[in-house]
Amino acid sequence: MTNSLSNAALDQGSVERQLRARRDGGRRLLMPYVTGGITPDWTAYLRAFAAAGADAIEVGLPFSDPTLDGATIQEATDAALARGATTRQILADLAELPDLGIPLVASTYYNLVLHDGPEAFCAALRRAGVAGLIVPDLPLHEADELTGVAAAAGIELALLASPTTPEPRLAEIGRRSRGFVYAVSIMGTTGERADLAASATELTRRIKLGTDRPVLLGFGISTPEQAREAGRHADGVVVGAAVMRRVLDGAGPDDLRAFLATLRRALDQE
Amino acid sequence: MQTRDVLAWRASVAGSGVMGEPAARGRFGEYGGRYVPESLAEACREVDEAFRGAWADPGFRGALTRLLAVHVGRPTPLTPAWRLSGELGVQLYLKREDLTHTGSHKINNALGQALLATRMGRRRLIAETGAGMHGVATATAAALLGLEATVFMGERDMERQSLNVFRMRLLGAEVVPVTSGSRTLKDATSEAMRHWVGTTDDSHYCVGSVVGPDPYPWMVREFQRVIGEEARVQCAAELVTGVPDHVVACVGGGSNAAGTFAGFVDTPARFVGVEAAGGAGASGGRLGVLHGFRSLFLQDDEGQIIEADSIAAGLDYPGVGPEHAHLRDLGRARYVTVTDDEVLGATARLARTEGILPALESAHALAWVIRAAGSGELPAGSTVLLTLSGRGDKDVSTLKELL
Ligand SMILES: Cc1ncc(COP(=O)(O)O)c(C=O)c1O
Repeated sequence: MTNSLSNAALDQGSVERQLRARRDGGRRLLMPYVTGGITPDWTAYLRAFAAAGADAIEVGLPFSDPTLDGATIQEATDAALARGATTRQILADLAELPDLGIPLVASTYYNLVLHDGPEAFCAALRRAGVAGLIVPDLPLHEADELTGVAAAAGIELALLASPTTPEPRLAEIGRRSRGFVYAVSIMGTTGERADLAASATELTRRIKLGTDRPVLLGFGISTPEQAREAGRHADGVVVGAAVMRRVLDGAGPDDLRAFLATLRRALDQE
Repeated sequence: MQTRDVLAWRASVAGSGVMGEPAARGRFGEYGGRYVPESLAEACREVDEAFRGAWADPGFRGALTRLLAVHVGRPTPLTPAWRLSGELGVQLYLKREDLTHTGSHKINNALGQALLATRMGRRRLIAETGAGMHGVATATAAALLGLEATVFMGERDMERQSLNVFRMRLLGAEVVPVTSGSRTLKDATSEAMRHWVGTTDDSHYCVGSVVGPDPYPWMVREFQRVIGEEARVQCAAELVTGVPDHVVACVGGGSNAAGTFAGFVDTPARFVGVEAAGGAGASGGRLGVLHGFRSLFLQDDEGQIIEADSIAAGLDYPGVGPEHAHLRDLGRARYVTVTDDEVLGATARLARTEGILPALESAHALAWVIRAAGSGELPAGSTVLLTLSGRGDKDVSTLKELL
């Protein structure tokens, strides 16, 4: 391991710098998710997210076999692919988008990263103005072949931590993650849930013992109450299925803006 | 803190040669690995640790061997296919996995993993199934050892293999229809993995082939090794040459082939894996990652996985086990494809010449032998060992429609 890895301040990229600055200013972070290419003018959702006070936006690049996603995001993925969405087109759409003032984080499965090779993939993200990356089926012990390539391309690869991640491994995830640490709130797939799992609180506490990188809590956060509760422990929340269910039900950018504004207010109240 | 300690994962193992233990980080050459969500990383580590302990424990090995004898009916015979051999001009021997209890090789692995699950204190088995044979085997092993079983099966396969759905339920298993994607094995596997994420504390995921995250490809091959080891001894007794010239098996994920090949890896026998033309991961796939492992998968130009399409539900998988991808790279085995029509012809031919109705999956291996004997690719007089992975009862309604 190199020294730079243990010296977080030296290798903070733009995602982490922006998230840290906001967090350190007392703000709870909000990162909504949208499945890229879900509608012909899907980037309008991104503008709405930014207008609603998002601090970062996660853009899913649809993959045919989303093994860590629950029914809602599976359905969104299928719908996007059925419309002919491709990584190439989604990135082209993003490249045309004016700067929203907040970082864009792509998320996808490793097969799509490998397809043209990690170098080409990361370079394409960069060209499209994407600064961060989440790959849910690339855990810490397999991340080596992407971490260096991503860093060289200026892409911050955020690692996921889960309630069953044991202690020394968790600290290593905190050290090697870039941008933020993605805390998976429960042992399950993505999808809306009635309550915030108790495991979420405990996991966030454990992650924070080992790192002061921003910790975003995701999986199952769907209501202002849950966001407020999550904001007591984590630095912010990721909201995916709750957004995509609305989109699938026909909600437009303005509806999503209104919904996210309720989450924004809940986080700000805390 | 040293990274190596945190990631301790057989780091000390160099890999014990071809078809030995995988190298560090579960690799067979560049394939394999453990590409799972973080939530499954600990569960995979636990399975690995438990399997290593069990496989090194004579008590476990003895218990499994006895179950395979008294419950499964092992050893299965090696049957010379006299009449068909005469027609083809080669000497064909069949390793009769169709004669196992439940009717396919899948029981060897299911029983091994069920026994491992009890050792790990798990109370439930999760499985995916295509043709339903692995589902039936898992349901059977669960019943035998007092475990619960939940089997995920694509809706399309439930229609194609409705008898097996009924069998599983009769055995006390819960069968969950999978309605996403192609509604076949690939989607059933995804759904089983999703389900496992939420149940790792009390459930063991009983993967049905040499696929999935490390240690599964290795562990399943070890549980299927019994096919090759028995056949090796039987060939030594039965064949003039002692060792067959060719060892042939069908390949979906590749478990019956891997188990068979493992018994002959130190011989000059040539290995042939036969895939379905519509599900040819090893023959037509490109590098990718799916269901926890790195291997060859059928994909389109955008990197989306292509749905496999074969008459044999058990071969309807767009990828191939990582060890097969490696054996292919090494040139130690070669992988070929046959069409649905050739398979139907081979099925009927074996039935009429030998009185054996093979599973459509197994008939793939036979279809290649018939073709290769005809074309001279298998020279006259060659000895061929073919693993007949399962019996055809489950396919009778399909055959009735098509023949
Ligand atoms: C009879 C039979 N043979 C072969 C297979 C394919 O599996 P594998 O390639 O793992 O042997 C199946 C799978 O369902 C099967 O039922």
